[in-house]
Amino acid sequence: MNRRLFAALLIGSAAGEVVRLAAQPANEVSIAASRFEFTPETVKVKAGQPVTLVLTSFDRIHGFKMPEFGVRTDIVPDLETRVTITPQKAGTYTFFCDVFCGDGHEEMSGTLVVEPAT
Amino acid sequence: MQHTDRRQFLKLAGIAGVTFTAGLFPRQRASAQASDFHFVQFSDTHWGYKGAANPDAEHTLEKAIVTVNGLGEKPDFIVFTGDLTHTTDDGKERRARMQRFRDIVSALNVKDVRFMPGEHDASLDKGEAYKEFFGATHYTFDHKGVHFIALDNVSDPGAKLGEEQLAWLAADLKQRKADDRIAVLTHRPLFDLVPNWDWTTADGAKAIELLMPYQNVVVFYGHIHQEHHHMTGHIAHHAAKSLIFPQATPGDAPRRPPPLPYDASLKPLGTREVAMGRTITLTELPVVRS
Repeated sequence: MNRRLFAALLIGSAAGEVVRLAAQPANEVSIAASRFEFTPETVKVKAGQPVTLVLTSFDRIHGFKMPEFGVRTDIVPDLETRVTITPQKAGTYTFFCDVFCGDGHEEMSGTLVVEPAT
Repeated sequence: MQHTDRRQFLKLAGIAGVTFTAGLFPRQRASAQASDFHFVQFSDTHWGYKGAANPDAEHTLEKAIVTVNGLGEKPDFIVFTGDLTHTTDDGKERRARMQRFRDIVSALNVKDVRFMPGEHDASLDKGEAYKEFFGATHYTFDHKGVHFIALDNVSDPGAKLGEEQLAWLAADLKQRKADDRIAVLTHRPLFDLVPNWDWTTADGAKAIELLMPYQNVVVFYGHIHQEHHHMTGHIAHHAAKSLIFPQATPGDAPRRPPPLPYDASLKPLGTREVAMGRTITLTELPVVRS
């Protein structure tokens, strides 16, 4: 049975802007980690809108790090790790595994595309 | 973060020269000699790697050993700054690679050889196999007036030194005088070289903070498979080339690119000779002397 790990974080964003804890219900995006990839590899969100990343792992402990947002957490199998951010600035940002997981770890990364607010 | 190339580094350090004199230990005691000793740094040999990035992988290390054995003046010692072997999930195969690596480097004609782990050696089993073959993952030694500190930022798969090792470092530094010459050896950069490529140490800033009160500190590391020079305050950090394949220039792409294509000349690979005295002079050595 999965347990849910709530990791609502107050975090920094790209360009030094402050990211607020979600004041409104956040959209959810699921990202699954397994050696040596994130699925989906590219995630699209809207600037100014809170989004909760729901992180799961199929095989072992992975890491999830997005330096530009000050986000860093473990992704533990059988746990749902939830990280809420509100990107303020449109752009392309990298997330990656920062827990060494084997031959291929270095390529385990993905892209968060923040589209302009409409 | 911008990286520092050799020319920028020379400008930062306020020095210039035909050879790369790092100009460090600026406040060392006047009694130090022009060149007290020299050693050779090997890094990122990745024994066991098989792939297109180096079809010569089975022989590159042996070639470099022949070159270093042929140096006109034998180095006082040799240090390997991590990723001795390429990672494998199979613990038996990991140990076989370490055994073979140790056999190969026994051909070095310098017998004082110091090893350190990289994440490929130690992160999957927290250094268990490494310690069986090579001993402690962090340690100190003294050589001709220089205090060497080998730090382990890879046995924790999250690339941390950890509070216990930081406390050990703090206790060791307390025994040093402010103007002692200190050389730190690590695998990963202690500073945030490219955070988006994970070219950093999670708690490396804590180690740098502990080192900052000391006037004559230099750091030698590997991991990024290329020559690189960077200053954090008065502390210089020098990355060495690999002996398996080169990596992209720091920050060249948003996501870390794969290894650079194979160059049959082996010129992007090599080892480094470090002469330490009043100044520190770095000489990049090719895999094969032309």
